[in-house]
Amino acid sequence: MSATTPGARPAAPRRRLLLLAPLGVAAAAGAGFFAMLRGLGTGSYDPKGVPSALLGKPAPDFALPPLEGADRPALAAADLRAAGRPVLVNFFASWCVPCVIEHPQLMKLSREGVPVLGVAYKDKPADALGFLQKHGNPYQRLGVDLPGRIAIDWGLYGVPETYLIDRGGIIRWRWAGPVTEETVAQQLRPLLKTHA
Amino acid sequence: MTRLATLLPGLALLAAAGLAPGIPLGIPLGIAPALAAVSDPAEMLRDPGQEERARQIGRELRCMVCQNQSIEDSDAELARDLRRIVREQVSAGRSESEVLRFVHDRYGDFVLLRPPVKPETYLLWGTPVLALGAGLVLILGMRRRRAALAGEAAAELSAAERARLDRIEMQARERRGA
Repeated sequence: MSATTPGARPAAPRRRLLLLAPLGVAAAAGAGFFAMLRGLGTGSYDPKGVPSALLGKPAPDFALPPLEGADRPALAAADLRAAGRPVLVNFFASWCVPCVIEHPQLMKLSREGVPVLGVAYKDKPADALGFLQKHGNPYQRLGVDLPGRIAIDWGLYGVPETYLIDRGGIIRWRWAGPVTEETVAQQLRPLLKTHA
Repeated sequence: MTRLATLLPGLALLAAAGLAPGIPLGIPLGIAPALAAVSDPAEMLRDPGQEERARQIGRELRCMVCQNQSIEDSDAELARDLRRIVREQVSAGRSESEVLRFVHDRYGDFVLLRPPVKPETYLLWGTPVLALGAGLVLILGMRRRRAALAGEAAAELSAAERARLDRIEMQARERRGA
């Protein structure tokens, strides 16, 4: 009704400018999505990567039974501080495919002298043992978490998951998913240096 | 797009069930909800009141594996483990906030399907209010402009127009009087 009154005419240019607003919003959203997609490609943006609630906190108290036949001592919370240097805690399972992918990195770190401590998550001891015999054993100590209860205290999503514990027993880093060469180079090595 | 794609098999199934009601398709469809581990009788607490409380707590907790389901709705193994922990704690007499805190301490804010109100989430919680406020401002602005325009239009009547208007009004009055 009022749109047809002659008085509405002077407002037209402003209104036309307003029509451009959705276009501007769409352009901004497009730029945002493009940045997200690029981040996904380069690995700088991970929509599933939720930081651990335990970062900066002491590792939870636990004591796990040893993996029989692996010839390694059992794993408990006190062992995390006993090394006098930062240690890695790696949750793995023989049924976990990405664990096979990351295994060479753990072997390499272990050979370099980084203490790698293992937790066999929801894995039959015989299967876990078979996995280590086939792919090598990078673990200084090994605990068995058959019911997966200790894993929940760590806030575990699934396997593999790797934590860096500093010499004071504080959790400094959590990596959900396979540790790749890039993960080691870009994230782990700098952290090992700062917490050494 | 992807949502449509996930809907398609379901739609096809429904269509098939509608087209061939004789075929016992209804049976697998009926069983499907029971497959969710929540309904597994072995998992449930014996006390129905406690079980109901455990379910209420479980519905507040996100399944970290599937991410868009609560642990009560998810079939993931981690969700089952968390359901068991929730039930253990409920039957041990812990309150809802105690159980939620236990899980929150381990999995962080993301595990809570209802995000807590804190500085990081002020914008999240405030967005509806902001949107409502922006809408109000917009409506008020439009009204004010319309009123101004109407006033302008009234003021703009020329002497000739005013005379014509008076004539029309007088005619109308005469017609009504007659």
